[in-house]
Order: sequence, then C-alpha cells, then structure tokens
Amino acid sequence: MQRLIVGWILVCAACVPGTRSSPNPTIRVASIKSELTRDRQVDHALSRLTYGARPGDAQRVSSIGLERWIALQLSPERVNDRVADSIVSLYRTLGTPTSELVAANREVRTARRAQQMDSLRRPEVRPIAEPGVMDARRDLQLALGEAAASKLMRAVVSERQLYEQMVDFWENHFSVFSGKGNTRLFIPAYDREVIRPRAMGKFRDLLGAVAKSPAMLFYLDNAQSVADSGRRTLVPFRRPARGPGQAARGLNENYARELMELHTLGVDGGYTQDDVIEVARALTGWTIDPQQGAFIFRPAVHDADEKTVLGSRLSALRGIEDGEQVLDILAAHPSTARYITRKLVVRFVSDSAPSALVERCAGEFTASGGDIRQTLHCVVTSPEFFSQAAYRGKVKTPFELVASALRATNSRPDLTPRSTQVITRLGQPIFGRQTPDGWPDRAEDWMNAGAMVNRVNFGLQLATGRMPGVKVGVVDPVVGASLSSPEFQRR
Amino acid sequence: MKNGALALVTMGLSPTLLRRTIFAQELARGAASLGNARGKVLICLFQRGAADALNVVVPHGEQAYYRMRPTIAVPRPTLATANSAIDLDGFFGLHPALAPLKPLWTQGILAPVHAVGSPSSTRSHFDAQDYMESGTPDSKGTKDGWLNRYLAAKGTCAECAPSAESREPRAESLFRAVAFAQQTPRILMGPEASVAMNSIEEFGIRSNGPAAANIESMYATGRADVVHAAGGDMVEAMKALKAANPAQYQPRNGAEYPRSQFGQRLRQIAQLIKSDVGLEIAFADVGGWDTHINQGGATGQLANRLGDFATAIQALVTDLGDRMSDVVILTMSEFGRTARQNGSGGTDHGHAGCLFVIGGSVKGGKVHGRWPGLETEQLNERRDLALTTDFRSVFGEVVRKHLGASALDRVFPGFVGQEIGLL
Repeated sequence: MQRLIVGWILVCAACVPGTRSSPNPTIRVASIKSELTRDRQVDHALSRLTYGARPGDAQRVSSIGLERWIALQLSPERVNDRVADSIVSLYRTLGTPTSELVAANREVRTARRAQQMDSLRRPEVRPIAEPGVMDARRDLQLALGEAAASKLMRAVVSERQLYEQMVDFWENHFSVFSGKGNTRLFIPAYDREVIRPRAMGKFRDLLGAVAKSPAMLFYLDNAQSVADSGRRTLVPFRRPARGPGQAARGLNENYARELMELHTLGVDGGYTQDDVIEVARALTGWTIDPQQGAFIFRPAVHDADEKTVLGSRLSALRGIEDGEQVLDILAAHPSTARYITRKLVVRFVSDSAPSALVERCAGEFTASGGDIRQTLHCVVTSPEFFSQAAYRGKVKTPFELVASALRATNSRPDLTPRSTQVITRLGQPIFGRQTPDGWPDRAEDWMNAGAMVNRVNFGLQLATGRMPGVKVGVVDPVVGASLSSPEFQRR
Repeated sequence: MKNGALALVTMGLSPTLLRRTIFAQELARGAASLGNARGKVLICLFQRGAADALNVVVPHGEQAYYRMRPTIAVPRPTLATANSAIDLDGFFGLHPALAPLKPLWTQGILAPVHAVGSPSSTRSHFDAQDYMESGTPDSKGTKDGWLNRYLAAKGTCAECAPSAESREPRAESLFRAVAFAQQTPRILMGPEASVAMNSIEEFGIRSNGPAAANIESMYATGRADVVHAAGGDMVEAMKALKAANPAQYQPRNGAEYPRSQFGQRLRQIAQLIKSDVGLEIAFADVGGWDTHINQGGATGQLANRLGDFATAIQALVTDLGDRMSDVVILTMSEFGRTARQNGSGGTDHGHAGCLFVIGGSVKGGKVHGRWPGLETEQLNERRDLALTTDFRSVFGEVVRKHLGASALDRVFPGFVGQEIGLL
C-alpha cells in the first residue's frame, strides 16, 4: 500500500514546474521517537516547517501521517501547488526579464535629466511628464513591489511551505539590499532565476549562481573590481584614464571578504586577509553587461597571475576557472559545512544551536556533497528538533509573524505591495536589509519595547479587519484575540 | 527587589534586558530620577545626500569661490541685500536661509566646523553614509554603528558597572537611545537596545478601551521569558510616554516648529527630553540635499531645504531653553560637493564638507577646523574642498567631553583624533 502511494506521488513529479528537476532519491522519514506527545509533534512540525498552521492543518497532517508529510515537504516537487501557482500568475511584472527593467530604468533617467535641464533653461514652465516615461517608472516600482509582495503571498498560500522557508533562508543568507543603486533592477531575477530554482539542491550550485548574479555583483561591488595595475590580464586591458574625481580602478575586496565571512566559511572559518585579496583577484572579470543586466566574464580585466587561496595554488593564465575553483574550494571546506548547518539549526531548532546536532548534520552536509535537502532532513528529523527544549522556543521574525497571522485567520494578502508595508513597519522590509549579513534570527534581536508595540498593534489591526492590503478571512474571536498575545510571538 | 533581580539573573536574561527590566520596575514605583534621567543628551541630525557645504557656510572671503560658482554663489555680505551671506567672522558667512541660526551664533552656542569629513575617497552616497554611521571609513566589515558602540562603552565604564558588593546592575532607561525613523538607522545598529519610532503618538496601543486593557493583562504575567520581558517593557514605556502627555505638549518660549516631517521630529525630541524619560541619544535624518541640478544660489532648491532645516533647529533650541546646557546638537552629512558648479547649475559629489555643533557648553561664535583654501592646487583632486579634520575627531570630542565616555577606542576603533576645542 505504501509503495502504491509513493509510486503515485512519483508519477506526479514531472507535472510540477518551478523547481530544478534533478532526480532525487525518495526521501524517507523514519518513525519519530520523541518526548513530545504526538499532538505536540504535529503542532511543532507545523510551527517550524511552515509559516504557521491554518485552521484544519493539524488534522490534515495527522491523517497523512506526520512522517509522510515531512517527507513530502522535503520533496516539494512532489507537492501539488496549483492554487498558489495560479494566484502568483496574477502578478503583472514577476516574469519581466532584467533586460527590460534595465532599459526602462535608462529611459526614466534620460527623461528626468532632460526635464531638469529643461527646467534650468525655462524655470517658469512646469515640467510635463511624458506618459511613456511615467509607465516605465511605474513598472519599475511595481517590479520590485511585486517581487516582495509575491514572497509574502507564497509564504501564506503555497503548499510547499518548507520550500518557501528555504527560499527565504537563502535570500537572507545571500542578502542583497534593494536600496543600493541599481540593485533593485536585478532583484526580481535574483528571486526568480537564482535562488528559487536551487533552494533545496546542491549548495555549490546555489553559491555559483549567486556569485554570477547581477544583484550580488552590483550590491557587493565585484562588478567594478578589476585587476590591479601591474597584473597580467588575458587580453590587453586599456585602463581608462582617471577622470576628474574618479577613484583609481583596481581590485575591490568587498565581495571576496563577504563571500568567505558571511556566505561560506564564517568569520572564524580559517581565512586570512591575504586570502581575501587572492579571492578578489580570482573573481576579477566577473561583472555585469550593462546593456542586458546579465552576467558576463571580461578577460580584459581578469587578473591572470598565479594565486594561492587557502593553501591551494591557482595557476596563472586562466580565466573564469579561477573563480570557479575558488567557489569549489569554499563550498567543500569543512568550516562551510559547519557554518551553513549551524544557521539551519538556529532557524529550525533553537537559538542556542546544540553543537552535537550541528556536528552531526554538518557531517551529513559534507557526506552528501553539500546537498541542502539531505542536510535539512538530518536537522528536522533529529531528536533535538522534536525535543521539549525546542518546542515553542523560537520567536517569530516580523515576516513570520505576519505570514502566520494571515494563515491562522484564513486571510490572504491582496496583489498590491501594500501588504508588505506592515512588515516594513515591524522592522523587516523585504529586500531592505542594508548590511549583507541579512536579518538576525534570534529572540533577543527582535524583542524590545518598540517592536512589541508594533506587533501588538498589528495583531489588533488584523483581528478587526483593518489591515490594508489584506483580505481577511473569517476571524474566530478567540483566534483574533490571540494574535497580539505573547504566545503568538512564538513558534 | 534585590531578590527579584537576582532571580532574573539566574534565568539568564541578558544584562541589557535586566537593566531595563529594573528600570521598568522602578518606574512603576514612581521613581523618576534614574540613570541618565536629567543627564547629558546628544542629538544627531543626518543630512542625507551630501549637503553643499560651500553654500551652507559660505567662504565669502575667497575670491576663488566666486570664480568657480558664477551663477550659484551666495553674494558677499557687503552687498547687504536679503540674498547676501550673513557674515559670521569677516571670512565666512551663513547662507541667508540659515538666518534662524544667526542668533545662536551671536549667543556663542553655534560652532560650525569646516573642511571636515571622511578620509575615504568614495563618492558613493551609500558607502559614505555607511562609513559615517559605522564610524569606520573604508571598512565595510563593521556590523554596528558608532552610536551603538558608544552605548555599549558607556554602559561598561568604571562608574557604571555593577560594583563588587552589590550585584544589582545599574538601571538604564528604555528610552536611552531613540531614533525618529521608520527603522533603526545604521548608526544605532548593534547589540545595545534603542527605540525607533515614527512619532510619540504612534507609540501606543491603537485601539479603544477593552483591547488595550486586555493587552496589558496579557503581558502583566511576569517577565520570565524574553517575550514577556519585552511586553512588560512595552507597557511601562507606553505609560511613561503617556505621562509625557503628547497631546497636550506645548513648545515653550514661543518656539514654532515647521510643519515638515523634520520639524515635527525635532519637536518630539524636545518633548522626550523634557519628559525626563532618560533620553541620552536622539537621532533624526532629513533628505533632499543631493543637488546635482539647478540648486540655486541664495534662493532655490538648496535654500528651501536650508530654511526648513534652520527653522526646525532654532525652534528646538528655543523650546529647550535652559536645558540646552545639557544638550549638544551635532549635524552631519556624508560628504560635501564639488567646489565648481557643474553644467546644470548644480554641484556633484565632493569630499570634505561642514557640520554644526550646537549646545550650551559649546565654544560657539567661531568657525572651527583649518581652512585649506579654494585655489585649484589647494583642492582635493583639483575639484573638491580638501579635508583637514576627520569627522571622528569631532564626534569623538563630543562623545568624550559632553557625554563623558572614556573608551573612545571602542567607539572609533583604530583612530586617534585631534583636539578641536569645541567643548
């Protein structure tokens, strides 16, 4: 009977779009042994692996069987998500190619400059905005707004809840800031093409896609990093004469440092300042084609001299291979296994990240060649996960609070970016983290008097149906009252 | 009380939370004068977008200034028109829109500092603001803001740490650091707690009668965990603010704040100071300074921004009255602008700029810093005002002499400032 069910589930795998389809062995989840009662196990799994239980979820999970349900969440391609897919298809701009956003941005800037020059010459004449330009400006704002709004929508309506959590986890781990210059032009594709297809695959694939993403290349300045003078390049580099007020162009270390400190090894992971420079050298030439807003490797600015990174020698006169080899080294480093695993444990188990669990599942990360799904399986089926100590032990971030409140009340955001404004007011603007370390994930980072005022007021707003941008479901008065409670702040 | 505090300690609450918890408890008992309740206050005001220093504090004694800005220079004071620079010391003058600040100069409490800024050569707004708020120019690895490091450093100074005998940590105000902004600004980011609010009025339960009482009772059941502790803090904080009675607040001494968001934010800073809730650090920012095109000279875009800026600050100083002896207002902007005007009647990103230090104990009535001159060979990269004072020297001196912090190396690591003589 079990085989029949598994077989039936497998047949559906091909008809579910949106995830990278590499054949995965069937995830098996062994029978859970835990000090928690069965009801609490279900409650806990829903709290941690989804954005909060909807009315009726506990019964649904119990009838599927908790272990089977977890296995399905670990294999999102096997979960029917047609409802969410059809809702998400209603957003107008989600599929807009970056090249169009880049072109629209150029149009808007040219028009604005012309207008300002015009008002300089004729200050008495009020500038008239051309409709074409107004459309372009509106579409640009909408593109970023919808990238954020659809993220909340999916968190609320998708059946692939663990997958949506992992998309959010990686967008935070590889955080970019929409407020820095043109980064916002690259964010829709960052979500759609870089992170979403790889959120539960191999870490090395994800790392590589992020390293080549215009969003990250721009945000952390690698796009403008070029070989220092005196270095050999593969193709002669005619260094542009320094214009008045231009800094000398050369190596930019920003991405190289954050790549190791924040994305892979961790600050104590065993790299030195010399390694930062060598990694930066290896990544010269990884830049953005300005016309298309796409990744391009420019041999003319790539430092092709020999390098040594974390003890490994990178031979001279190579091109994009230098950067690829660096990413290979970093992805396979034991510090990376521990650093990534620890972050997963903090997110899914507890702020104090039991070290035995981290070690065990870091071992799984390494043994599986950096397989995110396998590592997750290790973490979320562990005894530490299903422990009394972990139960209701995490505090919700603003995003989690809002998503869980909407789910608890059968509410749904509307299609406008208004729905995400409350999350901004609660202190966690989507794609709005200024620093590359991403949003913190511990109770003490989010709990303070000011935050509580806003959280309580949000709960009251939603309970009384006064939240802009949200279609409130039927709010059970008991549930409504609980939205502002201390208990509801926890997951 | 002592038992209560010790019990909390054994539950492993962080020291910061514990100090605030005790404050909240004592506030509940009506003990108003705690911690820094009537102590020194620093108000930081960030002009985002790189304010054009040469048209703010005008070097009207420089010939080069008028050569380089044929249509946007502010006329010399000798012309004595409404559009002329307001003379300060025969060489420098204020932009006429800054007229509300002139009385502060005359009273000797306004100290402009010129040719001050960041040693970083970046001309990126984002990076330069980042550096000025993190307090570590050219270093992108810094996670916290310098004001947060100040809060941490002061909290562990010798006179503040719990003494060997008493294990009760010193009480600390919930409102020790307040940013009037939607989010906690970079300058206050870090482990020490601060409050970010849009307005004092917003800092309350927004609903009628029963819901509000309900909330209070939900969070009144002890402070045993971090959620209840924060909730308890919230209830106490709202009570403290209610006592400050925002709806009835009347500025004193005839102070009239402009209706702008900036003006209203300064009004609320004054209100918080006067409510004695223990405010020590206040922050607000104001944008609109990135005048690349058509900035105007004595009138126009920049003049309009300066008018609101000056009117708001003057209202704040007037409203605070005597309290100004405990207050320093420190303005800042991420860099200055090009010495020459560009082809669009504006200016582009530059290097050094100017700032104002205002306060009862400030050595005002003098333009501080060393003026490098505006001849081409004196300019930075032959285009911008050159830097002669690192911003950290100014900030560090204010923090040390006004607020009494001794661990400056923790606030601005790796930096040794020069003495300026502002306080």
